[in-house]
Amino acid sequence: MLYFIEQLLNGVQLGMLLFLLAAGLTLIFGIMDLVNLAHGSLYMLGAYFAATFAALTGSFVLGAILALTATFVSGVALEVIAIRPLYGRSHLDQVLGTFGLLLFFNELVRLVWGPAGMTLSLPSAMLTAVQIIPGVYYPAYRLVIIAATLAVAALLYILVMRTRLGMLIRAGASNREMVGALGVNIKLLYTLVFGLGAALAGFAGLMQAPILTVQIGMGENILILAFVVIIIGGIGSIRGAFVAAIIVGLIDTLGRAFLPDLLRAMINTNAALTLAPALSSMSIYMLMAGILVFRPEGLFPAASK
Amino acid sequence: MSVLFERNPRNAVTIGLLVILALIPLYAALTGNTFAMTLFTRVLILAMAAVSLNLIMGYGGMVSFGHAAYLGLGGYAVGILAKEGVGSGFIQWPVAIAVSALFALIVGALSLRTRGVYFIMITLAFAQMVYYVAIGLDRYGGDDGLTIYKRSQFGGLIDLNNKTLFYYLCFALLLASIYLVSRLVNSRFGLAIQGARSNERRMRAIGFPVFRYKLVCFVIAGALCGLAGALLANHTNFISPAMMFWTRSGDLMVMVVLGGLATPFGPLVGTVTYLLLEEALSRVTEYPGLFLGPTLLLVAIYLHGGIAGLLERRAP
Repeated sequence: MLYFIEQLLNGVQLGMLLFLLAAGLTLIFGIMDLVNLAHGSLYMLGAYFAATFAALTGSFVLGAILALTATFVSGVALEVIAIRPLYGRSHLDQVLGTFGLLLFFNELVRLVWGPAGMTLSLPSAMLTAVQIIPGVYYPAYRLVIIAATLAVAALLYILVMRTRLGMLIRAGASNREMVGALGVNIKLLYTLVFGLGAALAGFAGLMQAPILTVQIGMGENILILAFVVIIIGGIGSIRGAFVAAIIVGLIDTLGRAFLPDLLRAMINTNAALTLAPALSSMSIYMLMAGILVFRPEGLFPAASK
Repeated sequence: MSVLFERNPRNAVTIGLLVILALIPLYAALTGNTFAMTLFTRVLILAMAAVSLNLIMGYGGMVSFGHAAYLGLGGYAVGILAKEGVGSGFIQWPVAIAVSALFALIVGALSLRTRGVYFIMITLAFAQMVYYVAIGLDRYGGDDGLTIYKRSQFGGLIDLNNKTLFYYLCFALLLASIYLVSRLVNSRFGLAIQGARSNERRMRAIGFPVFRYKLVCFVIAGALCGLAGALLANHTNFISPAMMFWTRSGDLMVMVVLGGLATPFGPLVGTVTYLLLEEALSRVTEYPGLFLGPTLLLVAIYLHGGIAGLLERRAP
């Protein structure tokens, strides 16, 4: 039972991280109609910036703030230099172009930071385990991740639903040409949205940096999970991304933790033992397939364009 | 074959390339350059995978981002059977094709219900699922992969350990698949597929069972790529999940687009160009990606129709 609660929290934490990535992807796709494979690279950059700035300043929080700013600036620069010509092109061209960017960023990171990974150590206050309910201890930092991402999700909601910029973003998502025709600086809006997406991905990366090794290609696996999230949630929908991210996070974590034992209990053959770890990693894809059969547009399809 | 070879710069390049490819073993034998043999055998096999991807992506407009999964499935079929003591290629290769076709049938049935970017991401996600399953297969090496100690046996008919013979087998199979695909896309079936690429609703209204046609096309491409996977496993004597990581699928897409979508020899031209460019860059710089990445971006932005399109425009 205690193990279950721990895994449950791990699942929520993975879900929140996936949300940060998926929200950026889904915003960028919803508004600019752009498939961005380089999104995982921004996640990686966030982690590298955090590790570097934390080591330079000696403070995790200061390092995180600097890293967030740096990722935002990188995102804006990337949009202006490389992404703009890809707007309005076929998805295939966009896949090809952003795939090239991904190769470029992996190599750039290897050039700047070297092929070995980096680690980012936490302030000692965050290293301790907190007793969340009697008898259950949980690492404080993972709770910080959950709280911080929830706060970011709330801020994002307020930004999109309650501010003038958010109004323009939503308008851009439903009718790009009309927003441009009404005199809104659509170029600037696109750049800001891309920068926002980059900052969200960078935030996910820097929060994850102390838990994982910061290494080249770290964004490539999690990018696919983020894709699964936005397929399930419905492309273009932030609410869908949030719900789907939590579902995917929970199912993936709980599946890996419990499915092998469950299988062993049900079918006690050698084949089951061999297949168990393989099957448990299939769970979210099964979920995705199941949802697609009933709702090809995802759980929360964005308003049709 | 007269449909394939009209007189224009594009075909001149194609024929030149085919002649060069046919002479590679001779060159390797004369100079003792075994590396060229290894590199070009790999080119031929991946070109075959690219040809199969071109069938669905170029002619069918189905942008599948999970094509490396079939390479992996074909390779794993050979590797797993070899490990379990089934060494005959007469069993291994048909199983490789059948497994890939079956997976394509399942993925196609699910993903062809969706459009556009959903299709791209779903094919990507399913391929990634196969990747993780392969990592979970501890008995067959898990993350580290599996060495294949014996290449597929064809009962004395062909000895795959003979590098020259293997090269020409790959070459023949590549040409056969290019021929198969170009016959297929010019048949009534293929024209319906191409029609659906431009206007699916209209094709349905005329009365074509578009979904079924596309699914069949998707399965054929999967099966063909599965065969390429069986060849690849025999070429490297090794299989690992890395051969179907999603960036491999990206590489295959690059090869097809670079050469020219929906052209018979485009995938071959693209594969040769991409792999040689990669090889050349890694010789002159320690950081090939710094140049390769922006090149792909520029190709995506400026090079409509790939190399084939470039040669077309130069035509008088």
